[in-house]
Amino acid sequence: MKTLSKTLVLILSMMLFACGGKQEKKSDGFSIERKKTTEQTETPVPVSDVKASERVELSNKGVGPITSLTFNDEIDQAMATKGKEVYDQMCLACHRIGKKFIGPAPNGIFERRSPEWVMNMILNPETMVKEDALAKELLVEFNGSPMANQNLTEEEARAVLEYFRTL
Amino acid sequence: MKNYKFYVLSIMGLGLLFHSCGDGTGNGSSNGALSSSAAEKVYVAPGEQDEFYAFLSGGYSGNLTVYGLPSGRMFKEIPVFSQFPTSGYGYSEETKPMLNTSHGFVPWDDLHHPDISQTNGELDGRWIFVNGNNTPRIARVSLSTFETEEIIEIPNSAGNHSSAFITENTEYVIAGTRFSVPVPQRDMPINEYKGNFKGALSFISVDPESGRMDLKFQVLMPGFNYDLSHPGRGNSHGWHFFSTYNTEEANSLMEVNSSQNDKDFIAAINWQKIEEFVNNGGGSTMTAEFAHNVYDEESHTGTSTMINEVLTVNPTDVPGAIYFLPTPKSPHGCDVDPSGEYIIGAGKLSADLTVHSFTKMLAAIEAEKFDGEAYGIPIIKFEDVMAGVVKSGGLGPLHTEFDGKGNAYTTFFISSEVVKWELGSWEVIDRKPTFYSVGHLMIPGGNSRKPFGQYVVAMNKITKDRYLPTGPEMEHSAQIYDISGEKMQLIYDFPTHGEPHYAAGCPADLLRANSKKFYRIDENKHPYAITSPDQAKVERNGKEVHIYMSTIRSHFTPDNIEGIKVGDKVYFHITNHEQDFDVPHGFSMLGQNTSEILVMPGQTKTSLWEPKKVGVWPFYCTDFCSALHQEMQGYVRVSPANSNIALSWSLGE
Repeated sequence: MKTLSKTLVLILSMMLFACGGKQEKKSDGFSIERKKTTEQTETPVPVSDVKASERVELSNKGVGPITSLTFNDEIDQAMATKGKEVYDQMCLACHRIGKKFIGPAPNGIFERRSPEWVMNMILNPETMVKEDALAKELLVEFNGSPMANQNLTEEEARAVLEYFRTL
Repeated sequence: MKNYKFYVLSIMGLGLLFHSCGDGTGNGSSNGALSSSAAEKVYVAPGEQDEFYAFLSGGYSGNLTVYGLPSGRMFKEIPVFSQFPTSGYGYSEETKPMLNTSHGFVPWDDLHHPDISQTNGELDGRWIFVNGNNTPRIARVSLSTFETEEIIEIPNSAGNHSSAFITENTEYVIAGTRFSVPVPQRDMPINEYKGNFKGALSFISVDPESGRMDLKFQVLMPGFNYDLSHPGRGNSHGWHFFSTYNTEEANSLMEVNSSQNDKDFIAAINWQKIEEFVNNGGGSTMTAEFAHNVYDEESHTGTSTMINEVLTVNPTDVPGAIYFLPTPKSPHGCDVDPSGEYIIGAGKLSADLTVHSFTKMLAAIEAEKFDGEAYGIPIIKFEDVMAGVVKSGGLGPLHTEFDGKGNAYTTFFISSEVVKWELGSWEVIDRKPTFYSVGHLMIPGGNSRKPFGQYVVAMNKITKDRYLPTGPEMEHSAQIYDISGEKMQLIYDFPTHGEPHYAAGCPADLLRANSKKFYRIDENKHPYAITSPDQAKVERNGKEVHIYMSTIRSHFTPDNIEGIKVGDKVYFHITNHEQDFDVPHGFSMLGQNTSEILVMPGQTKTSLWEPKKVGVWPFYCTDFCSALHQEMQGYVRVSPANSNIALSWSLGE
């Protein structure tokens, strides 16, 4: 009976490994903490010397619902006006025109970013700061201040982009 | 032996592991005998959600608590008749009016009986109604925002206990008085109670669209105690049944003097008939004073209005509308089965349950089988209305609910058990102990035409050794039983908040999709809301200062304010500009004589501060909102009362 119990304990512990998959070997607590600290300070590794906010990445479309967006040559003034309304209500708290505030200023944004990337950053910020390398770096550059999801509709976000074109 | 036990435990452990490795559906029926373990039945895996919502009354906490079944996890405490610093309810300027009464601001009540709104006798999940027992009030809580939306005070009532029960299309929320009192209130000797005091039963109509309540009429009954009540349904829809005690009309040493009569009554009231009577101009208007408090979801603001009269009905003015059904031993519970045929009286000083038949009642009325009258109200002969007696073998029956499969479940306080019995045969099927001294029980939908007979929750009055001791006061215990089989199975114990007297539950799917995620900023109609931070400003009007402030992760606009003086009344009107689920911001100011407030996304709330000392005083966000939450703070400069410092405000300058 005793042997049977021991065998069961063995099977049991093996199954724990199988289920958890990640159980670490028990070791001294200090070394684990030290490891964590190092991990935190090394992310993410900048890919260039230019600050993320100033880098030009026009081919990056970001991660999210928008895969393709082309502007008309003419700026749609009515749409831009609507876009300003939305911007003042939803975005202005963190993004000021012409100066860095909590987040970057939107002036000249399309010289550095694709329209798709900007749309995805507005519509899908939680995923962007996790999966888009540039958005990740921006989060660090701006002190870890999160880009809030203001639940804009696609149409509202598109109008905000039109407004950005007028700046 | 020791080894054998270990062997069994190991096998059980293995079983659990198999389960946790499984597909996560929680069904696991292929695991044979092990799948019936209690642990498995209540286990809701991390990230999974419960099957049912359960709303437990908080009794003397004044709150309503929201739990999940079968896990017994508490999700939220909804303040109704209480000041609640967690959200600022009853402290914020917008919610203070909700606690106004004809006696002034009453920041507490004893919340007893929740009941969910119904359509065609089935739960519709729009609102939940609750009663305040002490300073009689009925509240309506939205099941979209999970906030208190409306509170109406009830005049002429005292100890608002046979409340708040909903008719099958939510036509009325019904509220009966426990204590009879002089109506109208007046200065008179207490010992002249008998024959002079009245018991007011209130019928509060509910607007089918908005849910707004209106005290339509009160029936002024003889001076008994009206203990609990339930609506008829199906054929008995249109009637309402109240249990009574103290038909002796004693006014002192009630413990003894109210228990003299062998039988008290269940009062059967045909409210449709009385409604018709008042719709045709019947009843008399009486001067009264009661508050009606309404919270508007778009302006995020509560207002209190005083009402000065109430329509009353004398029972003898509407012949054929009210009858008494003799019921043994001071009945407490007065419960109607899903078909509407049976009215179960739980004589709390008895061992047996008395079941009345609605069909027999109508026949007895038709044949005038009366056994005298009380204050002009006919008493139906006991044997002509009684359908059966449940010989339970227990002691102290209190409350019965139903599983929709022909069975009833009754709590027994004195013998501390839940007894399952069959409707019609009145045979006891099963009994299980509770821990300890159970008061009420709840089956989701148990008070409707369509119960969901999967679990019963027993709410106990005494906890003793069920949990780790926490000093003399313990939270009350509750037990969950699986009632899907022939026999009940105790599957879980959990602590509750305050003292749950009653509960209501419903399937999670009835509410989940309608639960509000955030308020739209463009729908915010609060008079002090700002829809963009560039509208932030500070205005002075004499000694009153209004600060129009906005929040977003993670700053206040403005965060530096100067020109405030000692003796000012400073109102911080804070609009949360977040438009995302579960991102509230909080606000608190050093030295303010009130609580913090939590402002939901898109909402505006107001916090009052009356600075008493010169200095520069900080405020901050109380709800951890982002990695920069600790930076979400600001300063107000307070100058002497006679200072000339001009008002100014800024952010980032």
